[in-house]
Amino acid sequence: MDIELPNNIILTKLEPFFRWALSHSIYMFPFGTACCGMELIAVNAARYDLMRFGVIPRSTPRQADLMTVAGTITEKMAPLVKRLYEQMATPKYVIAIGSCAISGGPYHYDTYSVVKGVDKIIQVDVYIPGCPPRPEAIIHGFMELQEKVRKGK
Amino acid sequence: MGEERIVEIKTEELLKIAEEFKNKGYTYFSFMTAVDEKEKFSLCYRLSSLENKNSITIKVKIPRDNPVIDSLTSLWAGANWQEREVYDLFGIIFEGHPDLRRILLPEYWEGHPLRKDYQDERITKRPDFY
Repeated sequence: MDIELPNNIILTKLEPFFRWALSHSIYMFPFGTACCGMELIAVNAARYDLMRFGVIPRSTPRQADLMTVAGTITEKMAPLVKRLYEQMATPKYVIAIGSCAISGGPYHYDTYSVVKGVDKIIQVDVYIPGCPPRPEAIIHGFMELQEKVRKGK
Repeated sequence: MGEERIVEIKTEELLKIAEEFKNKGYTYFSFMTAVDEKEKFSLCYRLSSLENKNSITIKVKIPRDNPVIDSLTSLWAGANWQEREVYDLFGIIFEGHPDLRRILLPEYWEGHPLRKDYQDERITKRPDFY
């Protein structure tokens, strides 16, 4: 381009700009059913302060971009998880926090009531292992998700 | 607290004996549960006396092929959900129960998972190396 621009103007395409903006203002719908949900509360509280990454908790799926499934999902809870996920507007992302949400965790064997991984019901973008994961691990998972949002996958 | 007292009774006596204990001061229905003993189910009722500060256990054995017993909801309203749970997980029918349906599992569930012979293809067996 021949026109000379001032230094405080950056040219980009609309799509990457939109994704960049979204990655820094993720509205999170926290779905916590067990101890991982407590850990998610700790991440949102003052010491770890997830909001400095632009992740804002919303109490309704209709205003959310991201659903965090933290905790054991039972067969009885599974239809509710699916319905809440379907109420979210696209683009929507899912983080599975903890062993239970990833694979059933300690309830994988010899159980009749636990869903063996939330990815059996809904599509999961980032898995955060741990039982429960440390707050640092959860923050790392959110940063991985931001990277994924920016890349547009 | 004190010595542990267990009373083993017959199926048809349950309602009468439970009422006698209630009149004697065992007014608090702590809990009830069931045990699958292969040929029979044994039901355990735990009653407490708040005045005397002691408790007793009533045990009843019922046959597996006809698991029917009287409900204690007429004596203690708190027995309602406990009996629903035992019905849900063991399939024991409580006669005289006002609302006998599943309480923990979803309503479409088939079978009673705490029975020893419960089969479900979704259950992953734990490998031997544990």
